[in-house]
Amino acid sequence: MITFTARRLIALLLTLLAASLVVFLVLQVLPGDPASLMLGTEARADTLAALRHQMGLDVPAPARYFGWLWGMARGDFGVSYTYSVPVAELIRARVAVTLPLALMAICLSVGLAIPVGVLAAARRGRAADVAAMGVAQLGVAVPNFWLGLLLILLFAVTLGWVPAGGFPGWQDGLWPGLRALLLPALALGLPQAAILARITRSSVLETLGEDFVRTARAKGLTRRVALWRHAVPNALVPVVTIIGLQFSFLLAGTVIVENVFALPGMGRLMFQAIAQRDLIVVQDLVVLLAGSVIVVNFVVDLAYGVLDPRLARGGAS
Amino acid sequence: MKGVWRRRNLLAGLVLTAVILAAALVSLVWTPYPPTAIDILHKLAHPSRAHPLGTDPFGRDVLSMIMVGARNSLLVSVIAVALGAGGGIPLGALAAARGGWVDDLVMRATDLAFAFPALLTAVMITALAGPGAGNAMIAIGLFNIPVFARLTRGAAMAVGKREFILAARAAGRGDIAITLDHVLPNIAAVLMVQATIQFALGIIADAGLSYLGLGTQPPQPSWGKMLNDAQTYIYKAPLLAVFPGLAITLAVLGLNLLGDGLRDLLDPRLRRAR
Repeated sequence: MITFTARRLIALLLTLLAASLVVFLVLQVLPGDPASLMLGTEARADTLAALRHQMGLDVPAPARYFGWLWGMARGDFGVSYTYSVPVAELIRARVAVTLPLALMAICLSVGLAIPVGVLAAARRGRAADVAAMGVAQLGVAVPNFWLGLLLILLFAVTLGWVPAGGFPGWQDGLWPGLRALLLPALALGLPQAAILARITRSSVLETLGEDFVRTARAKGLTRRVALWRHAVPNALVPVVTIIGLQFSFLLAGTVIVENVFALPGMGRLMFQAIAQRDLIVVQDLVVLLAGSVIVVNFVVDLAYGVLDPRLARGGAS
Repeated sequence: MKGVWRRRNLLAGLVLTAVILAAALVSLVWTPYPPTAIDILHKLAHPSRAHPLGTDPFGRDVLSMIMVGARNSLLVSVIAVALGAGGGIPLGALAAARGGWVDDLVMRATDLAFAFPALLTAVMITALAGPGAGNAMIAIGLFNIPVFARLTRGAAMAVGKREFILAARAAGRGDIAITLDHVLPNIAAVLMVQATIQFALGIIADAGLSYLGLGTQPPQPSWGKMLNDAQTYIYKAPLLAVFPGLAITLAVLGLNLLGDGLRDLLDPRLRRAR
């Protein structure tokens, strides 16, 4: 288990480094001069020179890369060009929207998908299964931002229960903030729930055919106990991997869904920063998002090793 | 009973895909109105005999726009799949055939690519390289490459252990000849199914990009941009926000059903609900 963890940890660090290098190359080296990319072709020469100096472009690229990494390691993310505030501050304010949104979406997705998937598998071929899988098939096809629009149409325009968008902040307590995030979380989480429910169902079906489930039934356990105590825990191992992978989709989804609901989150910041060519912000955000995907998948990998020790031994050999 | 149910998937998928494809093809020669024709007098009209799906804030016919939107969306997605397959299949086949460090390199590169949330990076690429259908195709296609590379490698390795490949190798045939003559034809079914799935994902991604104003540019209609425009008028004309989304959903549903159906038909052993 320790070798397994150590190997994964080294792989994690290497992947993080490679990801940061890719982002740096794409944003700082490939465009030629990032300062003129940010300012556009009609920039005045002195403005350009000033920005080049501010961005430290007079320093060679490798030194800039390591300087940037070292800064990030110390929590210094550089200064935003358009907002003239430290990027770390900008991002901190936005994380307070995106992180709760992503967590709510994941909880919704998992909380809905696992029971539905398990029940559909338990009632394979019957009306409940056919109905649930029909809805899931449809749910997979619905783009999250359109679902967001439909939710606005129903709950904001027609029923008037919630505002059509915007975010009040957390200073007035938990409820107003959660209320503003509810529809976006549904828009993000429901299509993911559809995918997850289908995977859960097929995974449970696969385990239900295994010998140990038959043994459990043979020694006199009821169908229900055999299902929940023996089949489901084993079936959830692959499901956990998918939940990890969905995290990446959710982060990407926030760019669009935050725009639909006018939420001041990381996705919207990223979109605005790109539009304003605020490359430092873009660079930091992409690395942070890719980094969190890498870390989440690392955690999932470890969880996998804990859930199924055979994998950890296999990985260490 | 189950067989019928599975065929029903395939059938429904074929029908839906055919309808969308037909709309796209017909739009090349005929639409009820020119999709860019502005008619302010009849703006935001409700669905009627003259305009079956109503008109938008500029009085453009929504049905015509959706038909042309289908063409634009399918085009972006098809090319994105072609790019992904064209880049990914050779890489995956190479990794499987050579093994060793080549395999390691390709696999680590795909690992790395998967760490970048695809749509997010596509947003970055299109925004920096300039919005438009062409860059949208490249941005979406780029993320299809690792998908096809992984799948090809996995499938090719599984096939590579079979006797007829060993026999070909014993007969002295080279890696390239074996890959082209024996491996690829045997994994074509898996790749086809994946292509359908990536096609569907591409349609969603393209709609997302054009919703953000980064995909197909106006005056060319696109489903995503139509939804963005509709949001401004969501109180006045709620139906405008329904039809383009319905078009996206039906197209994606059709392709997904087609993919599921093909998978069951071509290779029953692969039957694993996604």
